[in-house]
Amino acid sequence: MNSYSANEMMIVSAARALADARSVLVGVGLPNIACNLARRTDAPKLVLIYESGVLGAEPARLPLSIGDPTIISGALWTGPMADLFLYILQGGWVDAALLGTAQIDRFGNLNSTVIGPYASPKVRLPGSGGACEIAINAQRTLIITRLSLRTFVAELDFRTTPGHARSDGESAEKGIPGSGPQLVITDKALFHFDSGNGEMVLASLHPGEVLEDIQANIGWPLKIAPKLETTPAPSESELCMIREELDPEGLYR
Amino acid sequence: MESKVIPMSEAVARFVSDGCSLAIEGFTAFICFAAAHEIIRQGRKDLTLIRMTPDLVYDQMIAAGTAHKLVFSYLGNPGIGSLFAIRRAVEQGIPHPLELEEYTHFGMIGRYLAGASRLPFFPLRSFTGSDLPRVNPRIRTLTDPYGGGEIAVVPPLNPDVAIIHAQRADAQGNTQAWGILGVQKEAAFAARHVIVVVEEIVDPQVIRRDPNRTIIPGMIVDAVVHEPFGAHPSYVQGYYDRDNQQYREWDRLSREHDELQSWLKRWVYGVKDRQEYLSLQPAGTLDSLRPDPALAGAVDYGDYR
Repeated sequence: MNSYSANEMMIVSAARALADARSVLVGVGLPNIACNLARRTDAPKLVLIYESGVLGAEPARLPLSIGDPTIISGALWTGPMADLFLYILQGGWVDAALLGTAQIDRFGNLNSTVIGPYASPKVRLPGSGGACEIAINAQRTLIITRLSLRTFVAELDFRTTPGHARSDGESAEKGIPGSGPQLVITDKALFHFDSGNGEMVLASLHPGEVLEDIQANIGWPLKIAPKLETTPAPSESELCMIREELDPEGLYR
Repeated sequence: MESKVIPMSEAVARFVSDGCSLAIEGFTAFICFAAAHEIIRQGRKDLTLIRMTPDLVYDQMIAAGTAHKLVFSYLGNPGIGSLFAIRRAVEQGIPHPLELEEYTHFGMIGRYLAGASRLPFFPLRSFTGSDLPRVNPRIRTLTDPYGGGEIAVVPPLNPDVAIIHAQRADAQGNTQAWGILGVQKEAAFAARHVIVVVEEIVDPQVIRRDPNRTIIPGMIVDAVVHEPFGAHPSYVQGYYDRDNQQYREWDRLSREHDELQSWLKRWVYGVKDRQEYLSLQPAGTLDSLRPDPALAGAVDYGDYR
């Protein structure tokens, strides 16, 4: 069983990236499966935190949303959302957070607000939710999104969530306690960020992917790591856990 | 003491007026569709609707033309996708244009906290480097007077009315809830009038036996409405699950204005109250949403006479 889907590659990559995290702020869908996979593999002590106000969740079924009742039953802690945002997030207890996005630029800035002008949008997207303050206060963020020219843009239509810098040569914003985006996980490759100017750098190609195809899906001249790696394919045990325990209905296959 | 328990139609007629600002809160859980539907039936207009996550409940109210403005932080059908009626209003002005006042989750929480505690603003670590303050000038930045640099602030939020759904209350409105509490308590304390809607009305002794479970004291409550399954198709922890089938179905039927209007005609305008709405649900639906029990252990408060 060596065949796997693009989603499974993304889930496994995200789970591995959480190996050294104490706590993670979980999103729904792929991030949720990734965090639960990490708990079953490299990070058994990983504390799952949901922005809806739940910490130490052990969901008995795959939650359909971050407010699903299954994340409450059996959790370690819950409280008003104010407690979660004030004490847990702003208090510095979130090690890692997984964020999705509609657009991302070269410095890891994210847009989940509008396509087109804000006042007369072509597409009205959901908006920040907690993303903006999560990116600011979590120790680090991991971004999960598919690679495409529509998503990896030179210029965002709107900056919902800050990355490392607004433009080249500009230092990171003041007043951001966290270290910002550290990893971008896509269906074709993984990206890090340059520790100097905060620019996105291609770090690892998924098995079978070629460089030309990555650049063709990115709206700016891509910087490539001196030692470009190949992402290890999902192992049989990782795939088995996803398919049999975490997503038995194959909703995210 | 006189009971505050009144029917939903009376609570809406008495406290929700045209042009008022209204918060029907509840984060995925405890969303009072029963109140929203009654407000639509009574033809309220020009409301300012306030909710962190507008969810299906405000998609329906906005499609029905009750609102001119929305104050919010996340515009989606949780776990499913878009809210198409709100998108139609924003992108195309159907049924009429909708003014947006947009924050982040933390921004909305901070606004409720300032409103509830009668503070002039609430400071928070957010918005740095975001375009949101550019499109919402009510989000400002102050210099920390104690030398800690710049900090974002948001203004207080004091809705005219908050409608809070919960598991149980006594007839005075002393309200207990457990599960995902969202901003239920903060919204209630911030509002000028509070309507509590519950699955069960209980004896005051039930409340007094477990005061840690009380999120809203009856003192700040204007009316109590008894409306079992009043949060359907959202959920109430321990009482019923979210009706995910209906959330998925909404994703389909809300894509066209006309089809959505037919839905409103059947499920909102076409019924006289919540009881009739519930009686028309497909057989077995509501029962299938009830979870098996998972009881908390009792705690001992001690008897100190």
